[in-house]
Amino acid sequence: MLHDKDRIFTNIYGLNDKSLKGVQSRGGWDNTKDLVAKGREWIVDEMKASGLRGRGGAGFSTGMKWSFMPKDNPLPSYLVINADEGEPGTCKDREILRSEPHKLIEGALLASVGIGAHTCYIYVRGEFYREAEALQNAIDEAYATGMVGKNACKSGYDFDVYIHLGAGAYICGEESALIESIEGKKGQPRLKPPFPANCGLYGCPTTVNNVESIAVVPEILRRGASWFSGIGRENNKGTKLFCISGHVENPCTVEEEMGIPMKELLEKHCGGVRGGWNNLKAVIPGGSSVPMMNKSQCDGALMDYDGLKEHGSGLGTAAVIVMDQSTDVVRAITRLSAFYMHESCGQCTPCREGTGWMWRMMERICEGNAHIDEIDLLEDVTRRIEGHTICALGDAAAWPIQGLIKQFRGDMEAKILAKVGAHADAAE
Amino acid sequence: MSENAETFAFSAENLEKAKAIFAKYPEGREASAVMPLLMLAQRQNDNWLPTVAMDIIADMCGMAPIRVYEVATFYTMYNLKPVGKNFVQVCTNISCLIRGADDVFKVCKKKLGIENGETTPDGKFTLLEVECLGACVNAPMMQINDDFYEDLDGDSAAKVLDVLARDETPTPGSQAGKRDGCQPVGGITTLKGGK
Repeated sequence: MLHDKDRIFTNIYGLNDKSLKGVQSRGGWDNTKDLVAKGREWIVDEMKASGLRGRGGAGFSTGMKWSFMPKDNPLPSYLVINADEGEPGTCKDREILRSEPHKLIEGALLASVGIGAHTCYIYVRGEFYREAEALQNAIDEAYATGMVGKNACKSGYDFDVYIHLGAGAYICGEESALIESIEGKKGQPRLKPPFPANCGLYGCPTTVNNVESIAVVPEILRRGASWFSGIGRENNKGTKLFCISGHVENPCTVEEEMGIPMKELLEKHCGGVRGGWNNLKAVIPGGSSVPMMNKSQCDGALMDYDGLKEHGSGLGTAAVIVMDQSTDVVRAITRLSAFYMHESCGQCTPCREGTGWMWRMMERICEGNAHIDEIDLLEDVTRRIEGHTICALGDAAAWPIQGLIKQFRGDMEAKILAKVGAHADAAE
Repeated sequence: MSENAETFAFSAENLEKAKAIFAKYPEGREASAVMPLLMLAQRQNDNWLPTVAMDIIADMCGMAPIRVYEVATFYTMYNLKPVGKNFVQVCTNISCLIRGADDVFKVCKKKLGIENGETTPDGKFTLLEVECLGACVNAPMMQINDDFYEDLDGDSAAKVLDVLARDETPTPGSQAGKRDGCQPVGGITTLKGGK
């Protein structure tokens, strides 16, 4: 189990002083100037050595991503921070924005040095109005005290940071859609390549990172890569914010060690599954886009990238959605299908049309109005969307349904058979 | 306030804010200001965006009006017709759903006497079912204007609406009275040392 001394987000519940002074008393903004002075190469190397993998869902090495930024490009470089948190089940970045905003701002400065950027845009989802206010207050404080701006932290490095508010589009969490959105367009993902590191915001070299990935940077650089890489398992290093929702006694957000057993995570911090571990039906372990797991898979599952991949699922955003035996899992996934249909940007035909098809078929099954064969047909439809779209939203829409069919086909069939039975009774 | 409002002009105060918005983006990238300006206009105009405001913003950003309409129609937070004074948005996505969002939404409909997407005749409330608002460990929840109301059930949702009906402002955050943020209700399990 993770000890408090190894926790990065020591004010994640907002119970302590959030002002700059309070942050500094907890070690924030300490020797930032020296860290900046160590320079770009050192920062990137430390981040690579720390083993930090992107906390937004894809899990790509953060240090590696930074190393892709060109060094001889005459255009300005940009850091863009993705705070468009909207993956159902996920609410960790919200807590960083409202309770630990200085960690994000300090991380933004250090990350910018690492990629050679002097300007950072933080893209906050529009619904997080109060969270954006809290972040803006912290940014104002940082400017007023010279932590950011010209000659940030007296390091000689100029650094500006701005908030760009979204306006309600899940797809803007996709990095190239997010860039389009900042440029003042509809948030529709771009074809890749070129990747943002070569051609991103305004056609300039750009790195897009998740809020949590950036907010952990100051602590990693201050304590050293080996401290961070000493936590967790090989290839799955460090600490992670888990947000556990649904049928646990005490839903909460908590920072834990990567690779913590799921059962331990739920029992130690959330009071366990409602009605006990044996009352567990299913868990979606990483936000709505990853496939659900049944109870037997959950029994020994370790909460990290590889641990969940072993069970055909994924860590995603580490948003753990817990469902007990009372849950209508077919209805739960049908609701997700409605979500993906609503959020499809409409650019690629398989996604635009397919998310609608999948939702309508899920509705039929959910209501018991479908024929048993339609379950296979639905599975076939998911395969025609998955991998056939510009961005991963098509995959994200397909996977929950595939997971449902794989794990809970019986529940789907039962709904259909119940209706058939009712018709037969009525006919008698 | 009508759907065919023919006049809109930014207030002097908001014109100053607009200047600060443009200053965030590089020269020649004025289009980047379109989203914040649309929101600024909406907030000035009782929380909805008339076409004339979009046209003014197109002019300010040096964009063709159609490009601004595209943006305004793509993002769900731009209200293209008038909404009630209290814009009640109930999340019914998965984490809220499995913790009783159905009850919350049902109570809201009954209490306000309107269906999804409708506005009460007195213009005080608009009710909308929305997608995940990112407060899942505090489910079920709803957003009313800028604030989140969390840890709801049917009764507490009704109470929030009662307070608003009296033209008062309910205290945002958890409505269960047991926590302020995202910590476990049973008491914190980490960071007990405080600081």
